Amino acid sequence: MSVLKRTVFAFTLAGAVVALVLPATAEEQVPPPRLKWSFAGPLGRYDQGQLQRGFKVYKEVCAVCHSMSMLSFRNLAEPGGPGFSEAQAAAVASDAKIQDLDDKGAPTERPGRLADYFPSPFPNELAAAAVHGVAPPDMSTLAKARTYQRGFPWFVFDVFTQYQEQGPDYIAALLKGYEKAPQGFQLPPNGHYNRYFPGHNIAMPPPLQDGQVTYDDGAPQTLDQYSQDVSAFLMWAAEPHLVQRKRIGLQVMIFLIVLAGLLYFTKKKVWHNA
Amino acid sequence: MSGHSTYQPQNKFLQWFEKRLPLGGLIHSSFVVYPVPRNLNYLWTFGGILAFMLGVQIITGIVLAMHYTPHVDLAFKSVEGIMRDVNFGWLLRYLHANGASMFFLAVYIHMFRGIYYGSYKEPREVLWILGVIIYLLMMATGFMGYVLVWGQMSFWAATVITNLFSAIPGVGDAIVTWLWGGFAVGNPTLNRFYSLHYLLPFVIAGVVVLHIWALHVAGQNNPTGIEPKSDKDTVRFTPEATVKDVFFLAVFCIVYAWFVFYIPNFLGHADNYIPANPAVTPAEIVPEWYYLPFYAILRSIPDKLMGVIALFASIVVLAFIPWLDTSRVRSARYRPLFKQFFWLWVIACIGLGWLGSKQPEGIYVIMSRIFTVYYFAFFLIVMPLLGIFEKTKPLPNSISESVLGAKA
Repeated sequence: MSVLKRTVFAFTLAGAVVALVLPATAEEQVPPPRLKWSFAGPLGRYDQGQLQRGFKVYKEVCAVCHSMSMLSFRNLAEPGGPGFSEAQAAAVASDAKIQDLDDKGAPTERPGRLADYFPSPFPNELAAAAVHGVAPPDMSTLAKARTYQRGFPWFVFDVFTQYQEQGPDYIAALLKGYEKAPQGFQLPPNGHYNRYFPGHNIAMPPPLQDGQVTYDDGAPQTLDQYSQDVSAFLMWAAEPHLVQRKRIGLQVMIFLIVLAGLLYFTKKKVWHNA
Repeated sequence: MSGHSTYQPQNKFLQWFEKRLPLGGLIHSSFVVYPVPRNLNYLWTFGGILAFMLGVQIITGIVLAMHYTPHVDLAFKSVEGIMRDVNFGWLLRYLHANGASMFFLAVYIHMFRGIYYGSYKEPREVLWILGVIIYLLMMATGFMGYVLVWGQMSFWAATVITNLFSAIPGVGDAIVTWLWGGFAVGNPTLNRFYSLHYLLPFVIAGVVVLHIWALHVAGQNNPTGIEPKSDKDTVRFTPEATVKDVFFLAVFCIVYAWFVFYIPNFLGHADNYIPANPAVTPAEIVPEWYYLPFYAILRSIPDKLMGVIALFASIVVLAFIPWLDTSRVRSARYRPLFKQFFWLWVIACIGLGWLGSKQPEGIYVIMSRIFTVYYFAFFLIVMPLLGIFEKTKPLPNSISESVLGAKA
């Protein structure tokens, strides 16, 4: 096994050499603070209450400008998600207006059904860009499409600590990251200064303030709480089967470790006489 | 060096069948009584692991293909459909995407092992070259598979890589247009990549058969690099080697499962969760980790054509090492100088991999150049010269002597 040890050693050494030789380069992106997420780690699962609050923030604030075209109303009632009942999800759907064709092929509008996808606020990207300057990104995969550079050696540790929540950390920080532009920072018109946005100039105006969304479950109605809840909701939207994945993962791990152990002793037995 | 087959079926039907097609005898001689050097360490289990990974990729890939739509407007959506609405689609896709990474991880260990123990040397040159061909096919297949997702990084990786061919003088641009099937990466490109991504794994499987055939002709190398001389030097393939292979495969699967179930997007790029958009160039275009060393070599050279030549040369040079290495001793165990140069080369490869993920500026470029020069020097200067000047350690008389000597 000394070869394996040497390999590990070589990897570590190579990394160390590189890290020592290079001065830390000025990061363009400010790393967001790490938050506690219920869905982190091997036993992680979504907090239903948090997802329901996050959905409320999304529906009342985000959905005004952002589409989430890959989710349908039925997803809201599926296991591992926000835990709405089917009737609740159907009620949410029926509030939405869906563009459709009637029996004679004429365009019509009807209330949504469980099978419908979330309707988008704009008919297409051009229309969205015409209103906002830049088309607000679709939110279906947003929590997996945003991250920040972890850098060496942190990305190596992330393999072992299973840190996979860069996306929600970044989004939560961004929502709270609006500041006055520092002296000398050239902010274009319609731009907003955000501490965590790469390059700091973000087109989206600050979307959330304290007290903006009313919670029914007594959770604090603060920017802090809103941003964390909606980030958790976006993570679920991007990875709706995370809970199932981690649950099966644990079973697979236990199975494989037991299997490998048994095979090890089988191997010892077989080789004993070889 | 196939084992002496003693296969004599008792069953009447099998006897009848064996007379007409001696399949049982072939399997028996190749995978049961086939003699294996008794001193193989766990690095020799990666051949079996690679065969397993090829199987996993083909099976998950065939099911994924049933749900995937190769069209620029639908590809990304269909992948998300697999992730959301196909039963266990997320599992299939994460197995396939991380399976590619595990496949490359295993092949790199397999290749490093081959170089360390001189497995490419006479009489295993053809075996080694077949391996280099498999590796090239794997790179093409992996690249095209990554494009199929049709995210931002898929699209821009396809653009960058196909554009490499434009460096060819005179006909470069015509070749690129031909590869694209249009004047930019678009629907025809996606369709042909899909077709080839489905085809190439079966080509790989074919070359793997030749690779295993060549292996069974020459027999396995081993950590001492000397050939087995008597029955005492070998064990049977089954059960000794198989149980060892299967044990380590299970250990390997723990690592694989760790990635699939707990950090499935760790090795991917966040930008690939943004649908492909030809109008927006990502801040940085980075290939998958397993291509990074070659990407660093490409970018370390200021001239585009020379960079592309260096990129391809860095892989093609592997096919020539059976003749570039002039040493008569195979294993680095008995080659003290080669051993040091080898580990330096491993560091260069890993360093290049890290540099491939960095912007090509300042000290990164200088380091890439140093590592690139050493990468080639290892093959073109160190290997030929060491064989002449190196004072090697005395070889043991036989494999069994080296094993017993280590125990005593």
